[in-house]
Amino acid sequence: MLPVEGGLGNEPLLAVDNLHVEFHTRAGIVRAVNGVSYTVDPGETLAVLGESGSGKSVTAQAIMGILDMPPASIPKGEIRFKGTDMLKLSEEARTQVRGQRIAMIFQDALSALNPVFTVGWQISEMFRVHRGMSKGDAMKKAVELMDRVRIPAARQRVNDYPHQFSGGMRQRIMIAMSIALDPEVLIADEPTTALDVTVQAQIMELLAELQRESQMGLILITHDLGVVADVADKIAVMYAGRIVENAPVHDIYRAPAHPYTKGLLESIPRVDQKGQDLYAIKGLPPNLLELPSGCSFNPRCPYRQGNCETDVPPLHQISGTRGSACHYWREVLDGDR
Amino acid sequence: MAIGEKILEVRDLVKHFPLTQGILFKRQIGAIKAVDGVSFDLHKGETLGIVGESGCGKSTLAKVLMALERPTSGSVMINGRDIGRARGAELKRMRRNIQMVMQDPYTSLNPRMTVGDIIGEPYEIHTEVAPKGDRRTKVQELLEVVGLNPDHINRYPHQFSGGQRQRIGIARGLALQPEIIVCDEPVSALDVSIQAQVINLLERLQNEFGLAYIFIAHDLSVVRHISDRVGVMYLGKYVELGKDTEIYDRPAHPYTQALLSAVPVPDPEGREQRERIILQGDPPSPANPPSGCRFRTRCWKAQEICAEEEPLLQIRPGTGHESACHFAETHDVVHVN
Amino acid sequence: MSDIRPGGPVIAPEETPVPKPQKKEKAAKPASLWSDAWHDLRRRPIFIISLCIIAVLALMALWPSLFSSVDPFNARTCELATARQGPSTGHPFGRDNLGCDLYARTIYGAANSLVIGISTTVFAALIGGLMGLIAGFFGGGVDSVASRITEIFFAIPSILGALLIGSTFRDSGWGIWLVVAALTILGWPMTFRIMRAAVITAKSQDFVVAARALGAGPVRIMFRHLLPNALAPVIVVATINLGGFIAAEAALSYLGVGVQPPEISWGLMIADAQRRFLEAPLPLIFPAVFLSITVLAFIMLGDAVRDALDPKLR
Repeated sequence: MLPVEGGLGNEPLLAVDNLHVEFHTRAGIVRAVNGVSYTVDPGETLAVLGESGSGKSVTAQAIMGILDMPPASIPKGEIRFKGTDMLKLSEEARTQVRGQRIAMIFQDALSALNPVFTVGWQISEMFRVHRGMSKGDAMKKAVELMDRVRIPAARQRVNDYPHQFSGGMRQRIMIAMSIALDPEVLIADEPTTALDVTVQAQIMELLAELQRESQMGLILITHDLGVVADVADKIAVMYAGRIVENAPVHDIYRAPAHPYTKGLLESIPRVDQKGQDLYAIKGLPPNLLELPSGCSFNPRCPYRQGNCETDVPPLHQISGTRGSACHYWREVLDGDR
Repeated sequence: MAIGEKILEVRDLVKHFPLTQGILFKRQIGAIKAVDGVSFDLHKGETLGIVGESGCGKSTLAKVLMALERPTSGSVMINGRDIGRARGAELKRMRRNIQMVMQDPYTSLNPRMTVGDIIGEPYEIHTEVAPKGDRRTKVQELLEVVGLNPDHINRYPHQFSGGQRQRIGIARGLALQPEIIVCDEPVSALDVSIQAQVINLLERLQNEFGLAYIFIAHDLSVVRHISDRVGVMYLGKYVELGKDTEIYDRPAHPYTQALLSAVPVPDPEGREQRERIILQGDPPSPANPPSGCRFRTRCWKAQEICAEEEPLLQIRPGTGHESACHFAETHDVVHVN
Repeated sequence: MSDIRPGGPVIAPEETPVPKPQKKEKAAKPASLWSDAWHDLRRRPIFIISLCIIAVLALMALWPSLFSSVDPFNARTCELATARQGPSTGHPFGRDNLGCDLYARTIYGAANSLVIGISTTVFAALIGGLMGLIAGFFGGGVDSVASRITEIFFAIPSILGALLIGSTFRDSGWGIWLVVAALTILGWPMTFRIMRAAVITAKSQDFVVAARALGAGPVRIMFRHLLPNALAPVIVVATINLGGFIAAEAALSYLGVGVQPPEISWGLMIADAQRRFLEAPLPLIFPAVFLSITVLAFIMLGDAVRDALDPKLR
């Protein structure tokens, strides 16, 4: 029996609530995540968009419980899976939830796979350890899974080692391992960043199909605005450890309500357009050791006013499904788009 | 910008890396055909984009153009002289005319040298370009040109962010006032909000100094934005070469069409209707490419002739630009109808 | 409100000042590897302690008369009648087998230990470093030949090799330089290996490719780009080896092929005292303690330098 069962009425499948994560380093306290909240429901795809250092991956690692503590610590916040706060569960109970109910795939599939074991052995280990299957049955399941993630000639390749596969095939093996125990939430951390664009398309299509079949909640962590537009239902944009904007996917691309999101959208070239001037967000992402006072984005923001340097903007509720952490979201929304 | 006279002429360029076996008595058992017969011209002030997936030979092509690797056969004529055959003092003189910007701003700058030493090194190697007394001033001018503070001349690379380091790398490339700059994935290692800054800088420098760029990248959106003409590579050969509008709006080769359809567009409108050509499998090994057309193993149009006869890069009936497909046919995959 | 938006692309010099990733650098002296390392070292007690010990030893070696008014090279300061006397006023360590002042001899012994240790380290680092740089840079046949040669040297058991060299050239009259030569010949392959490995790592980095694209020749690439980036591990190993060479000198002198009387060396003193150790342990213990402290000080220094130069090795 797993420690977490059933759902509670309106409680989302997975909810991150006011999460804070800090790293204690010799140089000082790095505030990587500063009050992040998001939810994901069955069959839904949430894209967490952000650049390096935005805290998007740290949040995911906190959900999975794979942060090294110390140096990391979670001073505040809740991570609720079907209503149960996982941070309050015993280590043992949490181990049962993650890996089985919540699974994760990483950007670098090669280093996430063990080079000295065959891929079949590594996939079947999931069944042997968590389901107590015999070696032979587990191996049979491994072949089935490899078929399911469309690895050609799975029966022959089950005894190959990770380095004998191409980058795209290795990512499929990672996906096979993560879905082996039918998780309810899958976290994909930059799953296609290291891959070529045609392979990226294959992997994204595979993920979408698996999600349709099993109604998993998918959290896609990425910096790629194109991938997000292709697959996401809703988006949370992160900057300097905070969510600066969240919205259904169509709203955000039609009319962003935060200057950072707007700047990002105007700064990327598009394959279907030519000749537009690229707007460059000036300056650099902030140093997490010394976040700017007030709004973290204010030194780079074209909409900045006096109070941006003093008051941290709350996540203003624009509509039932949208929020923007900008004092001047109305002006941004009405912008010249 | 006005496109001027021809300054670079590449003809039938081939670069094979021998595969050897045995330790003491090495014998060649084959060759990686990294670049296998590439021809193109580059004019003053023009940007030629080169796209392709990993292993297509685009980075090797850059190395051969820079005379970092000797071509197996073929020629790279810069203003009428072959840099691939040049030696000693002549090669050194020719290098003044072709410089490069590298992908990784973290490894492309010597961590033990100050910014002043890094940008000033070209003058130490080519002492005739600037007299000793002027060098410091020249370096400071270059820092200003690329948008950095000239007072930071004595800082070390690790004191700068990724985008700023890339500017330092660009300044080093500009020092000798070359006519051609080879940019090998110059923005792919940078954060999204910084990419636009660097792309805009490259465009401004081109206008100011009349530079010609060879712009190598796997990001088709960035290439479209910056290029006047685009070449698409697959397994060491061009499959298609033409003006940016021809390649992006009227691609004729199936591989180009698949590549373009796989690029995610940062706009969710109509994403359900967008045409997607998902290629099956991985590219074959460049050590053992398929006979005839190299793309035929993954091509949905392939017929017997494709295995027997290699399609040449030429203008085909019904298309206005060169493509290497027996069944070339223009088809706009990017724009939603 | 659209007028707030800046028009056109922003490529003006970034208004945000260069980020201050490390707060301490605000003082804005250019932070190189070495100044960073120095900053780090200054706050390590181990480094300070070993540096102090080495400073005292260096003083002993340079001006031994500061520490002892007795001149141990003057035979008249020895009185056989007082041999093996315990500590007394004016002779804090007592006297040795020949009745000479043990304290003075221990102090004067520091010079040979340090000269041999430092010279051997410098020569071994120069020879090994240069060969490692050349082998690593050129690779191929040059590298194969150089690597095979070092393997031959590695195959010689060091003490046996040093004994062989020492006894063969015993009468050459080179004095302590014979010891330096023997230890250098056996010590350089270590530096070679480390330098070669560091150069090969540095060689594949993009900044070397960039220098080649600029037209830099092999000498510039080796000394401007590769050497500075490969130096750190070599310096670390050299510092740690220095202690080892001092210990090796003592061992050779003890075995009779190192420093020869009337020169003074801790190894010789230990050999002398060992014959009567059971009745008079002090003449052996004092030089042995000095030797151990010296060796330890250099090894600790090397450790601290390694931690400061390359935190990843920790």
